Amino acid sequence: MPQFFKMFRSSAAGAPPLTPSQERVPRRSTGFHEFTKVIHAREGLTVLDLGPTSPTNIHYLTSLGHKVYNVDVLLSSTDPALLRKTEDDSITLDVERFFAENLVFRGDQFDAVLLWSVADYLPEPLVKPLVERIQSVMKPGGMLLGFFHTKDAGPEAPYHRYHIAGPDVLELQQVPRFRLQRVFNNRHIENLFQNFRSLKFFLARDHTREVLVVR
Amino acid sequence: MWKARPEEKPSGSAAPAPSTTNIGTNTNLSAVSSSNTSAPAAVAARPAFAAQRTGDNFRAEVAHIGKSVLIKGELSGSEDLYLDGEVEGSVDLKQHSLTVGPHGRVRANIRAREVILHGKVEGNIQGDEKVELKKSAVLVGDISTQRITIEDGAYFKGAIDIQKDGKSQSGEARRELSLSATAG
Repeated sequence: MPQFFKMFRSSAAGAPPLTPSQERVPRRSTGFHEFTKVIHAREGLTVLDLGPTSPTNIHYLTSLGHKVYNVDVLLSSTDPALLRKTEDDSITLDVERFFAENLVFRGDQFDAVLLWSVADYLPEPLVKPLVERIQSVMKPGGMLLGFFHTKDAGPEAPYHRYHIAGPDVLELQQVPRFRLQRVFNNRHIENLFQNFRSLKFFLARDHTREVLVVR
Repeated sequence: MWKARPEEKPSGSAAPAPSTTNIGTNTNLSAVSSSNTSAPAAVAARPAFAAQRTGDNFRAEVAHIGKSVLIKGELSGSEDLYLDGEVEGSVDLKQHSLTVGPHGRVRANIRAREVILHGKVEGNIQGDEKVELKKSAVLVGDISTQRITIEDGAYFKGAIDIQKDGKSQSGEARRELSLSATAG
């Protein structure tokens, strides 16, 4: 129990403000450019956006004639109701409950998934099951775009909301609430998506690897 | 001899509220479960309501469900509705608009011509013409509409399906989507 309160004390007192920065910084993205080739090719796709709610993204995707699902996975993972007390009195995240309440879809229905940099910031127990859940809800041939920091980004690399500003331009808006949890190397990423058909890496200038994954 | 007293302006609120405080006459409350009138705001609203009812110039522009009201069941009507209370069940306003105020808590599927959301909704929204999610809005559910506006800061978890206008199915019609993204 003391640990339980400690978690809330730290999040309430020590945490940075929840509101994102006002500033949006534009950034070219080769990975997103490749991704848009798919979503521009035809109408009526079903797109899953796992980042924070972005009106810009919803506008962009729906104006192309697509149906958009938005689930802010990282924010959902911070729900205090997901914390469970184990037999040894430690507090753990209830992974089963998380996936019972989130990303519950019937069958493989998504043509495209925007994972952004969520995997780098997500609590460890959720990462692998998240990728498995994504795979189960993607159509064969569906495409996922994910961003992964390299270790040169440093442990203080900020979490960003990604807003689509054009076919190859994203706008980054800092969200100070979340901290980088880990850095994947190429091998880790390949293992994470080992059940997918193919992966393509693009190394960006801001110590980020953009990865296109095909189901 | 006496100076005319300047009219007092009401204090501003987070969301625009309608001019009346009542439940509209054309609104069918199939199952009103309870109404907690002990809340200070509800008590304060009663004299105003009574005064308006007795006044000659009483004119209901929008039906209003106050923040202390809890409705369980089917809520349907044929006039615009401002809902700042709690609803569990379903809301069907067909050709009229629904505004869920900042204190509004809805656990229901909603159907209306236009839905403006300041509060919280858990359920699917079918806005035949337009759905607006203001910055304080929290929606867990799917949206089906022709036009959508989501302010930055709104929380949304669900699907958005933009319906093509039956009269105009061109790409231009879809481009009419308006999304304000005032950085929040």
